[in-house]
Amino acid sequence: MSTARYEYLLRFGDNALILSQRLGEWCGKGPALEEDMALTNVALDLLGQARLLLSLAAEAAGNGADEDSLAYHRDDRAFRNVLLVEQPNGNYADTLARQFLFDAWSSLALRRLLSSSDAAIAAIAEKAVKEVSYHLRRSSDLMVRLGDGTERSRAMLQTAIDKVWPYSHELFIGDAVDAEMTAAGIGFDPASVHDEWLAYVREVFAEATLKLPAAGGWMPKGGKQGLHSEHLSKLLAEMQVLQRSHPGASW
Amino acid sequence: MNAAVVDKPSLDTVWHWLAEVPDPEIPVISITDLGIVREVRYDDETLVVTVTPTYSGCPATEVIAASIRDAMAAHGIADAKMETRLSPAWTTDWLTPEAKAKLLDYGIAPPVGLAEGEQRIDISRLTRRAPPAPVVACPRCASTNTEMLSQFGSTPCKSLYRCKACQEPFDYFKCH
Repeated sequence: MSTARYEYLLRFGDNALILSQRLGEWCGKGPALEEDMALTNVALDLLGQARLLLSLAAEAAGNGADEDSLAYHRDDRAFRNVLLVEQPNGNYADTLARQFLFDAWSSLALRRLLSSSDAAIAAIAEKAVKEVSYHLRRSSDLMVRLGDGTERSRAMLQTAIDKVWPYSHELFIGDAVDAEMTAAGIGFDPASVHDEWLAYVREVFAEATLKLPAAGGWMPKGGKQGLHSEHLSKLLAEMQVLQRSHPGASW
Repeated sequence: MNAAVVDKPSLDTVWHWLAEVPDPEIPVISITDLGIVREVRYDDETLVVTVTPTYSGCPATEVIAASIRDAMAAHGIADAKMETRLSPAWTTDWLTPEAKAKLLDYGIAPPVGLAEGEQRIDISRLTRRAPPAPVVACPRCASTNTEMLSQFGSTPCKSLYRCKACQEPFDYFKCH
């Protein structure tokens, strides 16, 4: 039980941590001041959620680990985030497409965790769901604004969606850890949020005059089990370099 | 009568001290104005202050914890203990009326309406349609002819607005 719970917490914590790090790469480089501030504020919320989740994971591990050792001293194969969040930022449309698909999923996932039998997990979800709902409102608005925008903005966003879409499938594929957490009333079956997610995405895309990618096709997966793309290794190299070079360094 | 009990400052006194600890980002309001201090109690001889963070990643949270410890130490309580409580999650509904008046005076439009109710999270389904954007009055000229420039402002708890009457941009403390 405790091993599965640890794995489960790592998955949610790592999703938040890695996406936060990706968004942080935009700091000072956003296409407009408001966008720069918005993305980094979203990154900050996600980092806060990651800290809560990884602290809880560290407590579950009970081996002296803490949020920092989990963030800075694990190798790529020990990370449990989905492949979607480690995808490179690309252009601004790529970043927004990735964010929208994640926000919609995260919003649903956190709602499920509100009724978790695990009080600590439910409390984190209660805090995070308000933040993520706000993120989703923003990313949905941007889908509509850019999708139903100029010829160029629509084309760029459609290309970005088509490119990142295959990575969305992993969000809905369960494994033994998911099954154990669902049986314990702690978690939920990932497949059970798919239809609602798709209905919402379809609604926003229709309003944004964007085309929903065809069902099926390539479905890369493995992030939840620690099998990542090379992108994660490079992200970690940058994120972890200071603590790896000077373990325990603090402000 | 136990001397140690007499020596302990009353909880009312402690609340008064806490009311003098400013929020690090908006120093015109105190941490009690903000509604984040949820409980003050003694565990035997140890003072325990329970705080609920505003946003998960708010960097002010740790500064606030340090400020509380410093304030207690200044009043002779060296070993105050800090506890974090996540549930129920903080909401701008906990801002006191005084806090809202102080925000306005400081140039930040306070939250309009209550988060509880119209903006309550609907857990039955995802809804595309967000609640209508609140009509926010300009803290400078009081005109309600304003528009949102960005969902996020200088901190996670604020969004950026512009007054179309006096042309000034301003921060709006989001209803959360």
